[in-house]
Amino acid sequence: MAWVNIFIQGALLGGFYALFAIGLSMSFGIMRLVNIAHGDFIVLAAYVGMVAVQSTGLSPFLSLVIVVPVMFALGYALQRGLLNFTLSGGLLPPLLVTFGISVIIQNGLLQGFGAYDHRLQEGAIETASLRLPGGIDVGVYPLVVFAVAVLGIGALQLLFYRTRLGRAFRAVSDDADTAELMGIDNRKLYALALGIAMVFTAIAGVLFGIRTIFDPAAGPIRLILAFEAVIIGGLGSFWGTLIGGMVLGIAQAIGAALNPNWQILAGHVAFLVLLIVRPSGLFPRTRD
Amino acid sequence: MVSAAETVRVERATRASRVFAVVAAVVLAALISLPWWGDPGDMRLIAEMAYYVALAQLWNLLAGYAGLVSVGQQAYVGLGGYMLFYLTGVWNVNVYVAVLLAGPFAGLMAIPVSFAVFRLRGAYFAIGTWVVSEVFALLASLITVLGAGSGLSLTVPILQEISPDRDVRDTMLYLMTLAVSLFVTGIVYLLLRSRHGLALTAIRDSEHASASLGVNTFRTKFIIYIATATCTGLIGALIFLQKLRISPEAGFSINDWTVVVIFMVVIGGIGTIEGPFIGMLIYIFLREWLADYGTYYLILLGLIAIVIMLKAPSGLWGWVVQRYNLQLFPVGRRLVPTPPSDAAKR
Amino acid sequence: MTLLRTQNLSAFYGDFQALFDINVTVEERETVAIIGANGAGKTTFLRTVAGALPSAPDAVLFDGQPIGGKPPHDIVRLGIAMVPEGRRLFPSLSVEENLTLGTHSARPGPWSLKRVYELFPRLHELRRLPAPSLSGGQQQMAAIGRALMSNPRLLLCDELSLGLAPIVIRDIYQCLDAITAEGTTVVLVEQDINRALDASARFYCFQEGRLALTAPTKDFDRAALTAAYFGM
Repeated sequence: MAWVNIFIQGALLGGFYALFAIGLSMSFGIMRLVNIAHGDFIVLAAYVGMVAVQSTGLSPFLSLVIVVPVMFALGYALQRGLLNFTLSGGLLPPLLVTFGISVIIQNGLLQGFGAYDHRLQEGAIETASLRLPGGIDVGVYPLVVFAVAVLGIGALQLLFYRTRLGRAFRAVSDDADTAELMGIDNRKLYALALGIAMVFTAIAGVLFGIRTIFDPAAGPIRLILAFEAVIIGGLGSFWGTLIGGMVLGIAQAIGAALNPNWQILAGHVAFLVLLIVRPSGLFPRTRD
Repeated sequence: MVSAAETVRVERATRASRVFAVVAAVVLAALISLPWWGDPGDMRLIAEMAYYVALAQLWNLLAGYAGLVSVGQQAYVGLGGYMLFYLTGVWNVNVYVAVLLAGPFAGLMAIPVSFAVFRLRGAYFAIGTWVVSEVFALLASLITVLGAGSGLSLTVPILQEISPDRDVRDTMLYLMTLAVSLFVTGIVYLLLRSRHGLALTAIRDSEHASASLGVNTFRTKFIIYIATATCTGLIGALIFLQKLRISPEAGFSINDWTVVVIFMVVIGGIGTIEGPFIGMLIYIFLREWLADYGTYYLILLGLIAIVIMLKAPSGLWGWVVQRYNLQLFPVGRRLVPTPPSDAAKR
Repeated sequence: MTLLRTQNLSAFYGDFQALFDINVTVEERETVAIIGANGAGKTTFLRTVAGALPSAPDAVLFDGQPIGGKPPHDIVRLGIAMVPEGRRLFPSLSVEENLTLGTHSARPGPWSLKRVYELFPRLHELRRLPAPSLSGGQQQMAAIGRALMSNPRLLLCDELSLGLAPIVIRDIYQCLDAITAEGTTVVLVEQDINRALDASARFYCFQEGRLALTAPTKDFDRAALTAAYFGM
């Protein structure tokens, strides 16, 4: 029974990691851009949520009404105004520019909010639990987060495979040069892509801020977790990212069961092992 | 074009580099003599500048020449530091021997690491190296003999192996750091001057093209990665020898050993030897100037790095090179025609 | 009237100059061929007209308006569409999705999905398949269809016959006749000289980035053409 419990906890944790990872997966899939500041944007979203909650009295869930549009606009403006210009210079400019953004966000948050810990309070749902058949207790909150991840990925798949915009995203991901020749405005498309990625980042940030205490330096580990989920699952596949997140979560849950201090390390080890054994991930799709 | 009667010879130095060599010799003499006319605060600052330049030259070699953009070099700083503390504290190894062993230990650890991370490319390689560093930090925080979460301290008897006298010790540590920094810069310079350096520049410019010309890109990158890890480990040992304490957070700190180093190289001029010096000076200047304003200097550094990447990707020195065709550390080769009368005399 | 005119058009890849002072005119409803050896600059020329490479604003005039330097998606909207060298269909998209992608910056006009399927009936059967599963000839038809969906006034065709069997090439050129009958102006880049000359009213011969020869195709002396083609 204990193993089933570990499996379920780990899998639900994977929902979290998948939410962290979607934004990264999108910006790499469409723009071939790895956003080193991705984790810091998740933390930034949590802070925006905190400010929204403090100034409007809304609950954190409801504050998403503010946080999501803010982060969308930020992503759109950032890509359109800055990151679009780094895409043609090779490997270094996007990496170093997003690296710079990461340092700016971390230290900006530090200067603005101090080094203190914060947490968003959503109330009873944080500790509520559900009893499943077989006597297993699952937290309601992790279930909610997992459901949000599944719904979100489902919505994204719908967008990509059933809409005109999604077709354009897939075309640009295949061959940006030809896509432009067919009449697609790449600059706007990339900006839209980062905007949508930021929507997921916003949701991930607020949900994360409810569950875990956060401070300005919490970004990098989020980036690493997101990155591990994407690589384990395989580049270019959103459902793959969910599976990758679940594998990561389960590896961590196993590690934690052996020794609570080993949780994150177990995830890293699983990642490195998978990297050596199956470098293109479990469900790779992206052509490069 | 050269006429039949003329010949050419290959020259390495330029007039600017000769002038610079003289200036550098003077500055070096001043730095070496610092213990006799400066105070311990000055020595600590110069030592810090020296080890940052060394770290920057190594990162530059990796990223600017071998095309390996690593965001995980702090792993080797920590490994070197921990090896020093472990050998001296647990095995009572002589402190100098321990420092000398720290480098090769880091280099040895880099071998299995490379098997994992070399499977990744580009930005994914970068994050992969970061993950590896986190793994080392986590391991260090779990191993009790390494002090687990609180780390280790250097005890007085170990320090006294260098010298019982505090001032002599400060001088020794200072000179050692200066020597290692010069050594690392010298190695990087000589390497880039040699035909291996030419191979590296070719790999950087086009990996496919250079591979098709017979340059063994994997082996070259592998050797560079191990070599820089070794030197980084050595520097890490020296850094923590002076800090007297090591902990997982300090030893494997990405902010202290990587963020700052990357900014130095990028702002100063990636792919040049002069760049890291300039970048280091700018960093130290900004840090001291804005010392009263918390971490605003890091925000400013980030902004400058972004602007440089967009407007002048080869950094400040790269801009100077393009504008004035200047080279202080001559790594290039120039064809200099010799007039016929000279040739006849040979 | 003149639909496309280039004036002293030069094009660069970084420091490398690929085109030198190209002067080409294309009248409305004409079919003009551009021929030349590999590396002569034919694809570079088409890509510059399509906006994929930068040029001075006045260097390319479309319907009298300067379009040099405009981004490709604006140029599609103005009425120029490209069938790229090597087809370049999007592998993640089905045949029908590839075709409808062509409508992203479409102008009003006779071409629709229905009409494209009428022109290429085989594509209708294959419409749900992923693009890479089509044969070379079918892919070429799909690439042409995709370009037509934006209802261009000017169609730029880059090496339609590349890698295709003669029978297939014949079918494709027959379809091209149907397209020009609708009034579409066509600029045709071809390595297969006979095909190119049979399909066009005038031709330009490029040689190492420069214009070597231009003449009406009717009754033209093939020996003179060979000399110009190889730069003798």
